[in-house]
Amino acid sequence: MTENNNILTCQRIFKSYPMGAVRLEVLKGIDLNIGIGEFVAVKGASGSGKSTLLHILGALDKPDKGDVFFEGKRLSAFNGKKINEFRNRKIGFVFQFYHLLDELTVLQNVLLAPMVRFGAIGWLLGSAKAKKNALRLLEELGLSERIEHKPYQLSGGERQRVAIARALINEPDVILADEPTGNLDSETGNDILKVFEKLHSTGQTIVMVTHDDRIAQKASRIIRLADGKIASG
Amino acid sequence: MYDVILPFKLFKSSRLTILAVLAVAVSVFIVIVVMTVMNGLTVDFINKNHGFYSDCIVSTDSLVGFGHYDEFITTLWSRDFVESVSPVINTFGLVKSESSGRNAALSLMGIVPESHIKTTDFAQSLYYHKDNPSFAFAPSYNPQLSGCVIGVDLLVERDQWGRYIQWPYLPRWSYGITCFPLTPKGTLVKTGISVSANTKTFYYSDNSNSGLAKIDSTMVYLPFEQLQSLTGMDIGQKRTSAIFIKFKDGFGIDKSVEKTADLWKEFVGQKSDSAVASLFKNVNVQDFRSYRRETIAPMEKEQAMLLLLFLLVGLITVFIIFVIFYMIVGAKNRDIGILKSIGASGFGITRVFLRYAVLTGLVGAVVGIACALIFLDNVNSLENWLYVKFGFQMWNREIYAIGEIPNRPGVALPLEVAAAAIAACLFGAMLPTIKAARQNCVDVLRVNQI
Repeated sequence: MTENNNILTCQRIFKSYPMGAVRLEVLKGIDLNIGIGEFVAVKGASGSGKSTLLHILGALDKPDKGDVFFEGKRLSAFNGKKINEFRNRKIGFVFQFYHLLDELTVLQNVLLAPMVRFGAIGWLLGSAKAKKNALRLLEELGLSERIEHKPYQLSGGERQRVAIARALINEPDVILADEPTGNLDSETGNDILKVFEKLHSTGQTIVMVTHDDRIAQKASRIIRLADGKIASG
Repeated sequence: MYDVILPFKLFKSSRLTILAVLAVAVSVFIVIVVMTVMNGLTVDFINKNHGFYSDCIVSTDSLVGFGHYDEFITTLWSRDFVESVSPVINTFGLVKSESSGRNAALSLMGIVPESHIKTTDFAQSLYYHKDNPSFAFAPSYNPQLSGCVIGVDLLVERDQWGRYIQWPYLPRWSYGITCFPLTPKGTLVKTGISVSANTKTFYYSDNSNSGLAKIDSTMVYLPFEQLQSLTGMDIGQKRTSAIFIKFKDGFGIDKSVEKTADLWKEFVGQKSDSAVASLFKNVNVQDFRSYRRETIAPMEKEQAMLLLLFLLVGLITVFIIFVIFYMIVGAKNRDIGILKSIGASGFGITRVFLRYAVLTGLVGAVVGIACALIFLDNVNSLENWLYVKFGFQMWNREIYAIGEIPNRPGVALPLEVAAAAIAACLFGAMLPTIKAARQNCVDVLRVNQI
């Protein structure tokens, strides 16, 4: 933890993608601090770079220029193993399209993150505790009756709650959510939002990308992206 | 732990896996069935040659033969590595059936039954004298007569199953056998100005089924001394065409052949002043494989060609696995992205797909081996059924000396083929797996989000 209470910090982040013969500038010098326990909503029009920023914050992608710091440590200095550990233990991702593995049951999908964390021997020793945590999380999210179901047997809201449970199972420092209600009807979306609010109330740091004003209002801080830059927040 | 569970889950859920398993199973099936049949035929052919010609042959191609053979046989008997020795005359003659009047030029082999049965598998090839092979040349209806053993395919017909239709009793058939005797100098023996020919009547005493088609359809066996007399090999220094030698177990054929060749060299040196020393020039000491290389080598070459063909089958399997795994990795792009987003390493992804490949190879191999074993177990009855129903026979038993299609693959062959199948799967899956490990998870997840 840093002295200034920031858990994630971005300094002059630039990112572009090749678009035929030219490069499309998506992020143009983003400076951003995320404090511990903050619930930050990143808002912006389609193509404004919200998801790209989220991927860079979670070390899924690398910036062309600039640095991201986690608890004061520069992510670009991490080797491959450290980056994998960072994604596994410090960050929990929630995607718009849930991204669950179709071959696995609800419980197995949630246990995937601890399975990645532990080796075969570690899993033998720690699987009971991980399973207990997974069952507790699924119960809290109202999915205790669904643990043996496959993702295709669940509704959209249920799938997203499974994805949230998977993101939380390793007790990450930050939850990065990319339009988590974007694929849900408003009622189910509200249910999911309540889950995030409840998490925030326990001190969980959350960064959520959305283009919906109504959802963004639930966050403690709103950052607006426009033309690859932070317009406000 | 995910890299242990996921390969099983992927294996169970992907329909493409069924294609991959089928490709491996078919390849394994083909290799095991064809190798079993062809190896069986080759090994059987080599074993029959071994049984017919013994371990080592001291021989000359010349019809004149070579002398002092009895002294060399005495030398051989005194050696600890020699089990038994037998002289053999190989020549040609005119054989006339005295009942039908038909003439044929056939191969003649003079043997001493008492020693020949200890040196070769001749005893097992007989029909009427299986229990008393030493008396192979004694016709049962009159043992005092001079008997001859005739190659089974010269006399006995076969049914459609390849079984010989033997006479229940020994027929009283006689044959006039004519040879042109040669002097030790290789010239025809003459009486006055005309060429002399020796003819003697022999009585059918048995038939020999060596399992070697060419031998059984051209060979007449006669008592050694009588053929020696017919061919003039008893004029002056007695001669023979060959000495068959069987070595004791545990001495090794190659080493014993070397020792025999050294002994022969030494023996020839001692006999350099003999009147028939010039006949030693063409004598060779060889093991049965070298002696029969003209027939064994092509079969062994065919086996090598077959291995090459199977290498191609293996390459095709690798290519099929490569294509299928490429499709699987393509279909599992999103899953790879998800795994990476929760911290799975590229090496971990590699382990998932390589274990998946091993599982595919293992299941494919087990299915292929099981099908091959079931097929081989029933191949002979299947062939019989095809013959009865449609008149189709893989090998016409009236022509080929094949009793049953070889159908025992042993233990080593299926295990080797299974290992090769797993290796082929690993090899085929390697490039797609590397591609999977190198996937950029952002690209993958973004594409799957669109």
